Amino acid sequence: MTTAKPAKRKGKVAPLYEGAEWSYDLLKKSFAAIEEIAIGEMGLDVYPNQIEVITAEQMLDAYASIGMPQMYRHWSFGKHFAREDAMYKRGHRALAYEIVINSDPCISYIMEENSMTMQVLVLAHAAFGHNHFFKNNYLFKQWTDAGAILDYLSFAKSFVSECEEHYGLEAVEAVMDSAHALMQQGISRHPGKRRVRSLAQERERLQQRREYEESTFSDLWRTVPKGAGPEPEAKKTGGGGTPQEGAALGLPEENLLYFLEKNAPKLADWQRELLRIVRMLAQYFYPQRQTKLMNEGCATFVHYEILNRMHELGQLTEGSMLEFLHSHSSVVTQPRFDQPHFNGLNPYALGYAMMRDIKRIAEEPTTEDREWFPDFAGNGDALGTLKTAWAEFRDDSFVLQYLSPKVMRDFRLFEISDTAGSPAALVRSIHDEQGYRRVRRTLSSHYDVSAHDPDLQVTDADLSGARRLVVSHTVRNGVLLDKEQCDRTLQHLAQLWGYRVKLVEIDADTGKTLKEHEALPVP
Amino acid sequence: MNIVDRRLNPKAKSLGNRQRFLRRAKNEVREAVRDALKKRKVSDVAGGERVSIRAKSLREPTFRHNPSTGSRDFVLPGNHDYSAGDAIPKPQGGGGGSGNKGSPDGAGEDDFVFSLSKDEFLDLFFEDLKLPNMIKAKLKDMKSPKPVRAGYSSDGPPSKLNRVRTMRNSLARRIALRRPSSLSIKLMEDELAAEEAKTPNNLAKIAELRQRLDRLVRLRKTVAYIDPLDMQYNRFDRVPKPTTQAVMFCLMDVSASMTEQLKDLAKQFFMLLHVFLTRHYREVNVVFVRHTTEAAEVDEETFFRGTETGGTVISTAFDKMLEIVKERYPVSDWNIYTAQASDGHNFDDDMDKAMALLQEGILPLTQYFAYIEVAPENQRGGMSDSLVWTGYEELVDGNENFAMRRVSSPSDIYPVFRELFSGSAEAA
Repeated sequence: MTTAKPAKRKGKVAPLYEGAEWSYDLLKKSFAAIEEIAIGEMGLDVYPNQIEVITAEQMLDAYASIGMPQMYRHWSFGKHFAREDAMYKRGHRALAYEIVINSDPCISYIMEENSMTMQVLVLAHAAFGHNHFFKNNYLFKQWTDAGAILDYLSFAKSFVSECEEHYGLEAVEAVMDSAHALMQQGISRHPGKRRVRSLAQERERLQQRREYEESTFSDLWRTVPKGAGPEPEAKKTGGGGTPQEGAALGLPEENLLYFLEKNAPKLADWQRELLRIVRMLAQYFYPQRQTKLMNEGCATFVHYEILNRMHELGQLTEGSMLEFLHSHSSVVTQPRFDQPHFNGLNPYALGYAMMRDIKRIAEEPTTEDREWFPDFAGNGDALGTLKTAWAEFRDDSFVLQYLSPKVMRDFRLFEISDTAGSPAALVRSIHDEQGYRRVRRTLSSHYDVSAHDPDLQVTDADLSGARRLVVSHTVRNGVLLDKEQCDRTLQHLAQLWGYRVKLVEIDADTGKTLKEHEALPVP
Repeated sequence: MNIVDRRLNPKAKSLGNRQRFLRRAKNEVREAVRDALKKRKVSDVAGGERVSIRAKSLREPTFRHNPSTGSRDFVLPGNHDYSAGDAIPKPQGGGGGSGNKGSPDGAGEDDFVFSLSKDEFLDLFFEDLKLPNMIKAKLKDMKSPKPVRAGYSSDGPPSKLNRVRTMRNSLARRIALRRPSSLSIKLMEDELAAEEAKTPNNLAKIAELRQRLDRLVRLRKTVAYIDPLDMQYNRFDRVPKPTTQAVMFCLMDVSASMTEQLKDLAKQFFMLLHVFLTRHYREVNVVFVRHTTEAAEVDEETFFRGTETGGTVISTAFDKMLEIVKERYPVSDWNIYTAQASDGHNFDDDMDKAMALLQEGILPLTQYFAYIEVAPENQRGGMSDSLVWTGYEELVDGNENFAMRRVSSPSDIYPVFRELFSGSAEAA
């Protein structure tokens, strides 16, 4: 513990609780004490909180539905549940202490098994740390609508089950399987604010869609022979659409699900709606993927500050404090790359270290810090600096902006360059004067989600002739798609499109086609 | 702030997902369940099971990068003594240096381990099977209350009086209260009579004796011989007693001609029968009777693993079974099932006796008699029907509770089993 003890120790109060048992009264009392510190002293800005107490089994349930309180039914959730359940029962994995949902009010699930100290930790971490981040970070503000998500999920759930009743489990499952396969390609990465609508709005939109269908329905069309299609400008060249057609379709389009929803020739309306649901969810979760490091860093920093302050005020006993420190330090452990349980950089560890470091730079900068961070080094306003960072950055830009040489040294970060097929990997730079900037830039790109997901775009769609769809994968640094996975996913794409689909892998630098894959829909 | 207790919410929220998942993986799960059965004992088949499946239908493909192509830069923590420009030899294979970049889902996707509950496990087997003689079984399924001793009470009808207990209490009380015995009063009376008979009457002594006698007689009157306090009655509770119990006789020929492999085939059949019975009966006993030229009841291990030499006399097994039924399994309380496995050999002159026993002794007792004849596939071709087979064939007509099938490989077992029961259910 390195927290400086301020002189303003205005008379210690009695501890809020003793022992491990929690109760509602204690939860309320502790919440009030935490709130006092989080809002009153730290000035955090949060959605109203809703705390829900759940059992271990319900926690597993929540895992199965990606942590959301409601979710449509699908076998893959059952699969995840079965896996988590098996792991948990064999003792291979412990459950999370909490799950927090980016919604308004902000829902935090806490487990009944937690000790009172853990509940306090969880409240500080989730109900204030994550909550503040959700409410203030620009990505969440821009891309998600916390007020509408719960409504939307309930709409999605009932819509999917209605479809199952109407069209059969298999038919719905087929569409959902394909949509899930393309989920990561169901994200619009560039703005144009597409909001999640509320339940009422969704219903209304559906109603309008149906009414339109009904109003334009004419039984006469049935009698028109289908073969002589009314497509006078149809080009039989089969060479793909003209540039004008492409432009009309908004090509190139990176959001495959969106493109299919709008343009796939064979899909029924309910199928389009299912695609839309999956796409909306992908979009909703996208900011979380982009801010994992910061989000956890922020929440961990907040809980650490709050619990220390509580201890200072005498609200926590020494025993609780030790219990807290024990679990805190196991959360922020970073194994070295050559240790057996190494599993990449731990976002809790690095995130927390960076937040602490920003505080240090703001309060007690060294000369090095002043040189690297002239903007805020020594400005004395640690929380203000942090809040700005939490609001206006995402992982990659945050690392690029704030990763200091000290943290790089502490973590002993080094940069590796690896080319497939070569017998050895090359150490490009390490945590030294020459290497800081390179290490930082590479780490930053590691956190750039859009650079990590395969870059796929619909580049050509022929709507009148052979109706072939062309998707391009922009290959950077020669990294191709996994062939087997790609073929199977492409098959899903073909199922949705309804006609032949081609995927070309094009080198970003040379423009050369490196590989082609094709798939035909199977009836 | 708002605290909500969700712990009492309906459980198994993801049940719908689980059902969809099992439906999806049904074929694979079924396969895994069958595999799992092979490893179990006949009597502990019916538990939940952890199954491991390799399910193609459970794959969830996505577009993802192939880690063994191209080049990439990344950052690792925990540098010891590398400096810029060092080369780190990679472990064999392509992108080994970037182990953390491999798809975390990749390895786990093919081999998928999870637990089935007991019910799910069994449901997978017996989806559309029906118990033969359903009606009888149903009747027996009803619970009839039966009095069961439940200690003693101080109150009850005279017919339930427990005399020993009552008298024991009475004796103890009489001793404690010093109730004079009739003998002591008799003695006292004699003494008094003797005193009175004496000619010079010792009046004082007579008076004293009379007083003592009076006291004794009074005491005897006050302290009853049997007091209501002493009464002890037998108490009975009426416990619903399930008559849903079944005994399963496994009869097997273990003569030298039955190889280990054929015994395994038979074992799998017995297992399935056991699972099936535990579905329908609360209690299932298994009796193993093996026979060569003579029969013996043995434990499971010996049954399947013990080796014997000698010929085959089937009727000995039937005799043994009838003996056991008589001794331990009265037909009124037990549903009796018999499964016989054999390679079809029997001594010629035993067939008549065996058939008679079967027809008159065993078939009337049993709910169901299943005979399977095991033989390796390669011996089947061109061979004429075995002695037992030919003999038993006569029984098929006219005996609804008798069925026979041939099995030559493990994969035959399950279809045969289904056929046996679903076929007879139609007939019933």
